[in-house]
Amino acid sequence: MSTRIFLQHEAILDLIQGMARLTRQQLEERGFHQPAIIGIHTGGVWVAQELKRQLGIAEPLGELDISFYRDDFTRIGMNPQVKPSRIPFEVEDRHIVLVDDVIQSCRTIRAAMNEIFDFGRPASILLVTLIERSGRELPIQPDVSGLQPPLADEEHIRLEGPDPLELRISGQASARNTP
Amino acid sequence: MKHDLQLNQAGELRHFLTIEGLRRPHLEQILDIAESFAALPGRQVKKVPLLRGRIITNLFFENSTRTRTTFELAAKLLSADVINFNVGVSATSKGETLLDTLRNLEAMHSDMFVVRHSHSGAAHFIARHVNPGVSVINAGDGWHAHPTQAVLDMFTIRKHKGDFTPLRVAIVGDIQHSRVARSQIMALNTLGVTEVRVIAPCTLLPAEARSLGVHVYHDLETGLEEVDVVIMLRLQRERMDGALLPSAHEYFQLYGLTEKRLQRARPDAIVMHPGPINRGVEIASEVADGSRSVILQQVSYGIAVRMAVMSLTLGARAGEQRG
Amino acid sequence: MTETANIHIRGGRLLDPASGTDEELDLFLGEGRVLAIGEAPAGFQAHQVIDASGQVVCPGLIDLGVYLREPGFEHKATIASETRAAARGGITTLVCMPETDPVIDTPATWELIRRRAKACGNARVLAVGALTQRLAGEQLAEMAALKAAGCVAVSNGRHRLANTLVARRAMEYASTFDLPLVLCSEDPHLKANGCVHEGAIATRLGLPGIPSAAETVAVARDLALTEHTGSRSHFHTLSTGRAIEMIAQARRGNRRLSADVAIHQLFLQESDVDGFRAECHVDPPLRTLGDRDRLRQALGEGHIDVICSDHQPHEADAKREPFPATAPGISGLETLLPLTLRLVEEGVLTLPHAIACLTANPAAVLNLPLGRLEPGGSADVCIFDPEAVWEFSAEKMASAGRNTPFDGWEFRGRVTCTLFEGRITYRPET
Repeated sequence: MSTRIFLQHEAILDLIQGMARLTRQQLEERGFHQPAIIGIHTGGVWVAQELKRQLGIAEPLGELDISFYRDDFTRIGMNPQVKPSRIPFEVEDRHIVLVDDVIQSCRTIRAAMNEIFDFGRPASILLVTLIERSGRELPIQPDVSGLQPPLADEEHIRLEGPDPLELRISGQASARNTP
Repeated sequence: MKHDLQLNQAGELRHFLTIEGLRRPHLEQILDIAESFAALPGRQVKKVPLLRGRIITNLFFENSTRTRTTFELAAKLLSADVINFNVGVSATSKGETLLDTLRNLEAMHSDMFVVRHSHSGAAHFIARHVNPGVSVINAGDGWHAHPTQAVLDMFTIRKHKGDFTPLRVAIVGDIQHSRVARSQIMALNTLGVTEVRVIAPCTLLPAEARSLGVHVYHDLETGLEEVDVVIMLRLQRERMDGALLPSAHEYFQLYGLTEKRLQRARPDAIVMHPGPINRGVEIASEVADGSRSVILQQVSYGIAVRMAVMSLTLGARAGEQRG
Repeated sequence: MTETANIHIRGGRLLDPASGTDEELDLFLGEGRVLAIGEAPAGFQAHQVIDASGQVVCPGLIDLGVYLREPGFEHKATIASETRAAARGGITTLVCMPETDPVIDTPATWELIRRRAKACGNARVLAVGALTQRLAGEQLAEMAALKAAGCVAVSNGRHRLANTLVARRAMEYASTFDLPLVLCSEDPHLKANGCVHEGAIATRLGLPGIPSAAETVAVARDLALTEHTGSRSHFHTLSTGRAIEMIAQARRGNRRLSADVAIHQLFLQESDVDGFRAECHVDPPLRTLGDRDRLRQALGEGHIDVICSDHQPHEADAKREPFPATAPGISGLETLLPLTLRLVEEGVLTLPHAIACLTANPAAVLNLPLGRLEPGGSADVCIFDPEAVWEFSAEKMASAGRNTPFDGWEFRGRVTCTLFEGRITYRPET
């Protein structure tokens, strides 16, 4: 399978800087104050860390592993690499910025939102993603996205990291059904 | 010729019957997944939707409210539906065989049987005869195995000690009649501890104890020297008097764990017990309630470990159907 | 075919351990008896000629200590089904144990079995009568009456005797009538609820064990009582090397002592129950590899006289339970000869010695005029092809009990014809 580097560390940081600006703008427009950030394991956590820095939020990050909320357990079974979800703040009535690396079908986002609600009822959720690509299977759209690269269906984009961050595109992987 | 009943062709756990035959990665995987489940109680909603729509049947031929409850809670925290089936000895005396009972319950479309039975090998027997899609978890069979208890003990040890390899572990008490001890010994050896010791009088040891990969001690104080973990076993009441032991009193004199004796172990040694404890028989209250006792933690970890085993075995079944 | 049919068995290797015959000789049968060996008797007209070239012709086998399950346990097996299985295994005489329901403690029960067997006609059924009434281990059975009715020995089977005094009295009383005693020596207290050998496998699987001492203690006691009472003791289905050593030593002073071993004990061992294999649940239990080897050695050295199948057919449900709840025993009639031939192949026994353990020796132990091929004797013959290679299949067994651990085993040597009292009782369709 052919793999090529699509974006390197510095370019990704630049992208996140732009995302931070848009996120701040959205939060202000909607009147969402004192937001807390939650990243989706694994790539989303790396993006969330940088975004948090750029937004100047001191409060520790929440980390979600959505393995227990997947809708494909019956087909692929238990993810043996599952990590505990850690949300070190009260979710109840908080404005949440939910961060992922790549958004495609949005099944992961569905699972993540369900899990967040099991921690408490948030005041709002703002969805931020580094890469937004086509292939939506659920009526969920990001509020902020860093880049919408034109990708062929059989192309697969993946964030490696955390140091350095690197976006890679690989050839014929069929990633359509991966949440 | 001998194929491992509890693994599917991909080597994943599809039943959980015994520690025997499992390799270190199997156990570590259960421990890792349990780690994530152990984090759930901190949340507002304590359950996850992983096994929503699945039916789990607790099939208990031996009364044990405590064990059954932890399995039931584990299943419910995974959003599964639970049927409790307590089969007294009466069912079989009515002429119904175990297989009849099983077929009846299968008709209720159960996805998993959690089995406890007084005969060694009962869980294997059921696993061999259930419909292909159904998983079986051994919740204790005779003197043979109690693998989920052993894994939760390993979980507790890992929480406190981190690495297994340098550890010396002593198991004290009725080894011969203990399914817990057999599973613990196998789990500890699979995880690569330095030494497993068993400490008991000859009447409470199996014929070929050493063949299990343990060092045998008859004297408690010598056996506790330099150990990192002390596991006390429950002494069943029916063993206390009669031909196995003269009295509970003499047993405590020789094998009861007291603070003074515990000083022989390493200063950071932890004390474990699968419960329920007999105060003043195998363990002194000062030790059971003392700072080195992790007995209550074992109970709460038990739920996370059982959730991990349930989701792994039912997930392996998913993998099978896919492949 | 009538009983009076004249049969000429031609060109086979005639193997009769009792007379020491082992050469290519023809055999002539008529009126249910052996008429002649080698040369046809004057005026002999064969109604049927059986070509036995390349095959072994030996006396019909005698299986000492079988369970036919009738009366009382017909859901497991019947005299009809088991005598058919015997014929298929080359066996012409079945010596059944008294553990029927009702037990064989009166001539009436034995008479019932005898008649049923006679009607089936596939094999001779002889009985070991009960040593104590209802096998309860307390009150002596009417042994003289049992002997008069035709019981060839007495035994309490696998039922315990109340105490050593009963054992002593029973032996004394049996020896009054020179009745052989078939002893299943096992100490019930040491056995307790054990179901496998008390060793490494029992330790690992957490199964209640039966220590070797359960056998050695009982054999030592029974040897002492035998010496004291002068009874004709036959030790049945021994499992430990140590017990055999004790018997071998005792035999030096008492030539009337004898012993047998169940054929499965010579091939299986404790580790075969691993995985909770109920087909390997037997009583006495499968012991260690060392025990198995000592039993094989004792057999080769002649300290064990007889090989038996310890035939215990069961319905399928009896083995469909968790291991400790399953019934012990193997349905063994159809594997007795093939396994014994494998002992020959593995160099444990010579072929004549092996056949002796299945024919002349059990006859001698029970003082029976059987197990030999001599003019005037009953025309009980087993013919087998020693080179035929075949796979044993539980599904195809004639016995009503398919409980065998030997399913799928490949054997060399297969019965091609069995004759009982001059009639063909088994001959596979070709």
